[in-house]
Parts: sequence; structure tokens; C-alpha cells
Amino acid sequence: MSEFSKPVIEYGQLWPLLVIFGVACAGVLVEAFAPRALRARTQTWLSLAGLTAAFVGVVVIGTGLSDNDGWRGGIVMEGALAVDGPTVFLWGLLLLISAAGVLLFAERKLEAGVSAFAGQAAALPGTEAEREASTQGLDHTEVFPLMMFAVAGMMMFTSANDLLTMFVGLEVLSLPLYLLSGLARRRRLLSQEAALKYFLLGAFSSGFFIYGIALVYGYSGSMNFAGINEAIANSTGNRGLLLAGMGLLAVGMLFKVGAAPFQAWTPDVYQGAPTAVTAFMSAATKVAAFGALMRLFYVAFGSERWSWVPLLWVVAILTMLVGSVLAIAQSDVKRMLAYSAIAHTGFLLTGVLGARSSGVLGEGAITSTQAVLFYLVTYAFTTLGAFAVVSLVRDGSGESTHLSRWAGLGKVSPVVAGVFALFLLSMAGIPLTAGFTGKWAVFASAMSAGAWPVVLVAVLSSAIAAFFYLRVIVLMYFSDPVGPGPSVTLPSALTTSAIALGVAATVVLGIVPGPVLDLAGAMGAFVR
Amino acid sequence: MPDVTALAAEALVPVVEPFAADGVFGLLWLVIALPLAGAVVLLAGGRRTDPWGHLLGTATAAGSFLLSLVLFVALLGRGEEERQIGQELFTWIQVGGFDVGMDLLYDQLSALFLLLITGVGSLIHVYSIGYMAHDPRRRRFFGYLNLFVAAMLMLVLAADYLGVFLGWEGVGLASYLLIGFWQYKPSAAAAAKKAFVINRVGDMGMSLAVMLMFVTFGTTAFAGVSAAAGEADSFTLNAIGFLLLLAACGKSAQVPLQAWLLDAMEGPTPVSALIHAATMVTAGVYLVVRSNFIFENAPVAQTAVVIVAVVTLLWGAVIGCAKDDIKKVLAGSTMSQIGYMMLAAGLGVAGYAFAIFHLLTHGFFKANMFLGAGSVMHAMDDDVDMRHYGMLQKAVPVTFLTFAMGYLAIIGFPGFSGFWSKDKIIETAFADNLVVGLAALAGAGITAFYMTRLMLMTFFTDKRWAPEVHPHESPRVMTVPLVVLAALSVLGGFLLLGDWIVEWLSPVVGAEEHHELAVPAIVLTGIITLVVAAGVALAWFTIGRSEVPRTAPAQVSPVTRAARADLYGDAINDTLVVRPGSRLVSGLVVFDRSVVDGAVMGQAAATGGLSDRLRRVQNGFVRSYALSLLGGAALVVLALLVVNLV
Repeated sequence: MSEFSKPVIEYGQLWPLLVIFGVACAGVLVEAFAPRALRARTQTWLSLAGLTAAFVGVVVIGTGLSDNDGWRGGIVMEGALAVDGPTVFLWGLLLLISAAGVLLFAERKLEAGVSAFAGQAAALPGTEAEREASTQGLDHTEVFPLMMFAVAGMMMFTSANDLLTMFVGLEVLSLPLYLLSGLARRRRLLSQEAALKYFLLGAFSSGFFIYGIALVYGYSGSMNFAGINEAIANSTGNRGLLLAGMGLLAVGMLFKVGAAPFQAWTPDVYQGAPTAVTAFMSAATKVAAFGALMRLFYVAFGSERWSWVPLLWVVAILTMLVGSVLAIAQSDVKRMLAYSAIAHTGFLLTGVLGARSSGVLGEGAITSTQAVLFYLVTYAFTTLGAFAVVSLVRDGSGESTHLSRWAGLGKVSPVVAGVFALFLLSMAGIPLTAGFTGKWAVFASAMSAGAWPVVLVAVLSSAIAAFFYLRVIVLMYFSDPVGPGPSVTLPSALTTSAIALGVAATVVLGIVPGPVLDLAGAMGAFVR
Repeated sequence: MPDVTALAAEALVPVVEPFAADGVFGLLWLVIALPLAGAVVLLAGGRRTDPWGHLLGTATAAGSFLLSLVLFVALLGRGEEERQIGQELFTWIQVGGFDVGMDLLYDQLSALFLLLITGVGSLIHVYSIGYMAHDPRRRRFFGYLNLFVAAMLMLVLAADYLGVFLGWEGVGLASYLLIGFWQYKPSAAAAAKKAFVINRVGDMGMSLAVMLMFVTFGTTAFAGVSAAAGEADSFTLNAIGFLLLLAACGKSAQVPLQAWLLDAMEGPTPVSALIHAATMVTAGVYLVVRSNFIFENAPVAQTAVVIVAVVTLLWGAVIGCAKDDIKKVLAGSTMSQIGYMMLAAGLGVAGYAFAIFHLLTHGFFKANMFLGAGSVMHAMDDDVDMRHYGMLQKAVPVTFLTFAMGYLAIIGFPGFSGFWSKDKIIETAFADNLVVGLAALAGAGITAFYMTRLMLMTFFTDKRWAPEVHPHESPRVMTVPLVVLAALSVLGGFLLLGDWIVEWLSPVVGAEEHHELAVPAIVLTGIITLVVAAGVALAWFTIGRSEVPRTAPAQVSPVTRAARADLYGDAINDTLVVRPGSRLVSGLVVFDRSVVDGAVMGQAAATGGLSDRLRRVQNGFVRSYALSLLGGAALVVLALLVVNLV
């Protein structure tokens, strides 16, 4: 019997993560004990307080990283997690997105006093029970703890340093999202289908992921990224096992980021889920999944780069084309944004495959990590803001997401149309918006790594994409409203501040991207 | 400053090395800021600015012009070595060694452009006050015009390719907004869309070129690229050259990206004059001339520029011969004249200065003629069909006289500005290559033919007016700009006095000894003039001497038919790009089951049953999604194994 040794837990570097887990658990207790009238308010403040505290923690840890010359973070929790530059950066970003997400979740003015979530999720649509729930003004405040669990899972996912922790993180982030997707107050069948679909496909892809874990473990005899890397470097074991395992892990990851040919769920889920959830998840899931994807491939499979980079070439090209071409044909604004999210996944992958060994990098060149981290910031705030705007355009039956209902929006509400146009321009990558700088960074990184065919396709699909973004702008400004025309419900300060955050980030990162790019550069080194 | 004593060929290409802006040059940013501020006030100010919006718009453009004039005089006062002035506004993107500043570069080249853009721009603003007087959205029009001027100034003042790209996109946006200004006309909306799409193709070339420059040189600033251009390998340089040419083709409506310019005439006529004749469409020429340090080291790309230019100059001229729409004739002629500029730019150091020279004179006489055409349309109740004109010289005397000056300039009547500039280009072309020279010469003859045809059908021959039309001269606010531009069309040739423009530009584009021509220059000039005279005579005998039918005859030669159909430019685009593209989209869409009515623009109102329908189409497909997931996974794993193990 070997002696039991107490595990070392570095609370000093982990507490932001623990705070979020704690807030999530506390949220469950609030659901159980707080009076109904106070629940929504309590949950909102609790979540915001937790996110703020965690963000402060992230800033403190981040300053520690850069103060200490040479120390770029380290492996904690007995090798389960890595707290390094990218972790801190992504944690901070996730917390900011989540704060905006909480604001959107808490919005009650749009639905005239109730939230955008189903009164009673268990009540079947169209039944007496449902009617009762809605006349009583029932409300699912569980969405807040669910979201906190998802955030905690995302934070774990991005910082996981071994395959099992990564898998746990993946599941912890996914399960609450499946639930959240099914909680829409309006069009409940659509929402529930989306949730079920997301769940089934997510579970399916998790199967691939875990099979990949098994194979990679079989090859390397280690769950730990450093151990896997070492095994690859020493090229022990059966290489077929490694390649198959790596491929399956890639499938799990590519599913989560919504890359072709694993993108099929994205439009359905983005469309069916409550718009506030779509806003949160389109931004946060992408950030978390790309953080994990980079860590997995750079840290664990970095020495095997020659076999996975070509794979990513093909996937990136396919993803960009599928996303931007299919977006043209969409007539629903949420679906169009979903396809645009797929295209953006392709752009992000373009950045990921710009990976080069540090020896090749010139002084001050843009590293792929830096480019992707920066792109994630630009994209996250833009997409969050765009979906938030979608939740404002409504008619009698809830949100009117059909594009024909958006015709002439510029005349009805110039501000809302202008803000949406700004987000679209940024997604299209027009100079002086955040999207341009982000695209520039990932393209430059890929180009320097010699991936010019991918960049060629990327520029081509940006051109295609610009076309459908601009069509929406034209529709809003230059078309006359059909029938009664679109109407914009004025939101409360909550949604307004979430949108304002998106606008500010989009404009600032377009005009003075320097500080954030530098930060991403300074934070852009994974530890092994 | 460049060391021109070095013998290596590369060293002859000047390097951009600006001096810091001091004194009056510190105001350089204001040249852009003024119209930009005007655009912001007019577009954000809403209806409150309606009563004085047009005046503000004109004032900012005029202010910009005055400032440009002051700067130009100041530049003249400096020594030749100190005439490159850089102003750093702020750092846009800075990552490690990569540094993109929002920097401006004011040198001999951009100085001329500034005068052209703000000068002609101000005149067109003034003219628009009258032309758009009865349009309820006049204020917005001026807002867009100001936006355009600001973006165009950004394009020519940027000291960095990324800055140029910013202006490039800006003018594209403004052009799009202005072509579609009368959006209630479906043809205008379609034209705007077409211009946008075709321009995106060019923009792709631009972004790829910038990207490639960044990868090759580690910088995108003119200074850095021009200094390092000599050392890069020729394949990369040629690739950059080709991509820049693609960009230039899009913006300057050169074959094969020419199809949008004719449709762009749907915009208000002042827009056609400013954007689609005098300034924006010449941005491609600017880009090639500005990138001389690339093209001088990329001979293959340079040859491609010449080929594109020659094809376009004949293409545009042929189209111009068959159109009955006065603006489309002028558009074809614009295409053709830009072809001349591109030709000169493609001829390298010998031609750059002449490209800019022709660009300036063309800016004068073409703006003049477009505004003249607008004045004629004004008189004829917005009819653009020349077959409904005739004998207008009495009805609109000022327009006629000023138009005549532009006409004489464009055909190259001895002494007028176009004579000097076109003559120089044809001469340079002959010195370079006989075939190219002959094509340029033929172009001059065709130009003379179709411009004479336009002139005769509009101002001479019999009255073919519609009965309810009573032509009248335009108000003073429209004719005064015409007079000024007519004067410039006549006198523009003075820029060549003592080879002034060649020497002025030589620090930017390099200087070269004159080529030896097979025949003395004066003989060549004589030949050109004879060819022009032949073109005029042909027009006189075919059109001036016979009756012009009110409707276009249907029994015409295949050549005429082809020319009327823009030489099948649209058909070619359709067959090669549009139809395969839409087939691809509809093919892919089969996989996406939620498409309800295909087109985003589908105006059908959303029905209440939409969500129902969506739900139904979504139902049950989770298995096929799962199947695609499985298939994808199998593909990924197999591909990895096959590629790496076999």
C-alpha cells in the first residue's frame, strides 16, 4: 500500500473557478428557499456578484502572471488544470460575456413583466397546465444557476490539463446549455426540439470524444497533456492508435465549435433556443471550445502538428464555405446569424492552423494563439450584441425573426437598425470595426504559416459573407415595411447595457485594437 | 531620400521616406476631417439639417479645397527633396514588430489628387444644389457626397496600404449608396447591388495583396514596402502585382470587372460625374502608379496591366459607339479613357506621369461633359435617350458651348487638354510596342467617332423632342460649374508646359530618358490628328448627313448588336459566375431544410404558420444530422490514418 498523500490544491489560483461553482450551488439553494417574489432579483444579483468577484480574481491572477518575469503560470490541482496566460485571458472573457448574458436573462420588460423563459418547463405546450402557468406569471429563475454551472464548466474546459478533466468540463458546460435551449416562453415546441436535438447530437459527439480519450490513453499511457506530448516526442506505441484517437477528439471539439461537417445542429439550436440563451451560448461556447481546442492540439499534440494541421486546413475551408454560402439562402435572422457563426468558426480555425514552433516565429510576429484569442474577443461581443438586438424586434407573437419583417426597420427605429448594422459590418470585416482587425490577425497568422490557400478561401468567403450582411442592412434601410411593419420594443436598462457593451467593444477594438492585441500577445503562451 | 546615383535598376525606383509634417502641413488631417464632419452632421442630424444641409456640405468640400490649395502652394515652396510629408495621426494596429499607423502621406502625387478631388468635388457640390433642388432627400445626398469625398481623400492620403484599403472600402460604400440613391427605381437598386458585388471581387484582390505584402515585407506601409521591394523574389512581387491589378480592375471598371460601370449610371448625374468619371474610378490608376515600386519589379504583372488596359480602352470605345443613352455613351467613354490611363501606368516609369496627367485632364473634361449631360437631361425632363434630342444648341446655349469644350478636349483637338495628354500616352505606347501603339491609336479614332455622334445627335440634326418637352437652360448654380470645368478642359494642357508634370512627379514615380521613336514625335502627332479627323468625318457622314430615327433601328449589324449589349459583358458574367454560383447555392441548400422561400429579399410577409412549418421540417432530421456526424467522423479518422500511415 502506498501512502496516501494529501493533494495540493492551489486555492490562490483557482478561486475564480470555485466562486462560480459556489454561486451556482447557492443559486440552487435560493430556488429552494427564497420566496417566489424575490427569486428573480436575488438570482440576478447573486450571479452578477459572483461574476464580478471571479473577474476581480482573474485580474489579480493575471497581474501576477505578468509581474513575475519568466513565470507564465503553472499546472495546478495535481496536474488537472493549467492556470496560464490563455486560461486567464479566456476566463476573463468568459466572465464578461456571462455578465452580459445575465443581463439578457434578467430582462423582463420585453415580455411585459415576465422573462423570456417558459413559465413552467414541465407543462406540455398547449395544455391547461401551460395556460395556468402563464396566467399566474410563473417564471423559471433556475436559468441563472444553470448558466453559472455552464460558465463553471466552460472555465474548467478551457483550463483542463488532462483529458478526463477536459471531458468533465465539456459535460458540465453542455448539460445546462441543453436545458437552457429548451426553455423558451414562445414557440415552445421549436425550442424543445432544439434542446432535444442539441442533447442527442451532443451526447453522440461526446461518445466520439471519450472514445478518442481511450485511444490516446492506449497510445501514450497518460491522460496528462504533458505526458501525451512526451509519448509523441518519443514516438512510443502504435501510431495508428494515436491518429485515430486524435481524430476522434478532433470530432468532439469540432462539433462543439460548430465546424463543418459537424455543424448541422447549429442553425436549429440557435434558432430554437430563447434568444438570450443563443446570445450567451453563441459567444461563450465558442470561446470555451476554442480555448480547449487550442490547448489540446497545441499542448498535447503540438509535436504531431504535421498530421493535424492539414486536417484543419480542409475543415476550415469547408466550414467557411458552408457557413457563408448557406447564410445567403436564409430567411430567418437567427438562422442567418447561426450560419454566420459557422463561417466565423472557419475563420477562427484559420487562425488555429497558423500554429508554428516558436523558433520559426520572427520577432514581434502575430502568434496564432494571440490571433485566435483576439478574434474570440471581437467575435464574442459582436455576436452577443447582434442576438440581443434580435430579441428587440417583435410583433404580437413574440420575436419576429423572419427577415421580411425587418424591412424598413431603419425608418421605424434608426438606433436599433444602426446598432445592428454596426454588428453586421463588424462581422463582415469592414475596416474600423472589431471584425476587421480580428480577421486581419487570424489571416496574417495563417498566411505567415504558409496556409495561403486557406487564406484565399477565407478572403473569398468574407466577400460572400459581406454580401448577405449587406443585404440585411439594405433591407433595413432601403426597403419599405411590408404590412404593419416591424416594431421595436424598448428594452430595460439590462438589455440596453448588454448591447452597449457589444457596441463599445466593436467600435473600440476596431479603432484602437492595440491594447487588447498586446494583452492577447502577452497572455498567449500555453504552459505544458 | 533615394540614392539615385546607384546603378542597379531597383535603385531608380524611388523610396517613400517622408519628412515629418510641420507648419501648415500640420493641418493635413483637416482636409479629410472637414468633409467627414460634414457627412456626420448631415447623416446624423436628421431632418433638422434639411434647410441648410446642402450649404454645409458644399462649404466643407470647398473648405477642403481651399486647404488643399494652401498646402499645394506650401509644397511648391519647398525644395524638391523635401516634398514628401508624412503626418502620424495615431497608431491603429500595433503588435510587436507590426505597426500600422493611421498615417498620412502628402507628396507630389497626393497633392495633385487632393486638388482634383476637392476642386472638382466642390464644383459638383455646387452644381448639385441646383440639380437636386426638388429632391426631398437632398440633404442626405449631400451627406453621402461628403462621405465619399472624405473616403476618397483617405484613399489618396494614406501612407499605408491598410489605410488605402480603408478609403477603398469607404468609397465603395459611398458609391453603392449613391448609385442606389433613387432606390424606388428597381433598376437603381439592382445597379447598386451589381456594383457592390463586382467591387467585392476587386476588394478581395486588394486584401490578398495587402496580406501578401505583410507576409513578405513584414509591413504594409509605403515606406517599408518601397524600401524592401527590390529584394523580394520576383514570383511574390508578380503575385502582389496581379492582385493589385485585380483590385484596380474592380474599382476602375477594367475588363473583366467592367460590367458595373454602365449600370452605375442609374445614380444621379452629379454622382456619375464625380464618382464614376472624375475620381473614384481612377483609384485603380492611382493604386498602380502609387505601387510603382512593386510593378517596376514585377514585369509580368506590368505586362498584364498593359493587356487589360488595351482591351478595356477598345471595349469601352466600341460600347460607346452603339449606345443611345447619353450617360451610357459617356460611361463607355470613361471606361475607355481609364483604359488609356492604365495603359500609361502599365508602361512603367515612362508612362506613370502621363497616366496621372491624363487622369487630371480627363477629370476636368469628363466631369464637364457629365454635368453637361445632366443639364441636358434637366432641360429634356430627365430623358436620357439621344434619339429624342436634336438641335439643342439653341435651347441650352451655355450647356452646348461648355460641352463642346469637353468634346474637343476628349477627342484630342489640337490645343485642348486631352490633345496633350492622350498624345503623350499614344507616343509612349508606340515607343514600347507597335501593336499596343496601334490599338491606342485606333481607340483615339473610335473616340472621335462616338463623341461626334453624341454631339451631333444632341446638339445638331433635327429636333426629335417629345411634344410635351420644352427645353430650357439650367439655372446659374448649374452653369457656373460648367463654365469653370470647360475652362479647365481647355487649359488643362498647361500642366505639360516645360514637362512640368513629369518633373513634378519624378521623385514619386521615377524618371526615365525618353524613348526613341521610329518617327519624329511631330509626325506621330500628325498621324493621331488625322485618325481623329477621320473618326469625326465618319460620324459626320453617317449621322450628321442623314435622318436620325426616333427609335433605334432593329436591323443592325452584329457588331452594333454586340456593342448595344455591352459586348455581352453581362452574359459572360452570367454564364461563368452567376449561374454556376446560384446552382451551387441551391445545390447546397438541399441540405438545409429550413429554407422557406429561398430569397432573403423575399418580401412575402411572414405567415403565422411559419414556426409550425419550421417545426415540421425540423422534425425527425436528428437522425440524418447524426448520420452526417458519423460520416464526418469516419472521414476525419480515415483521412488521418490514410494520409499519415500509408
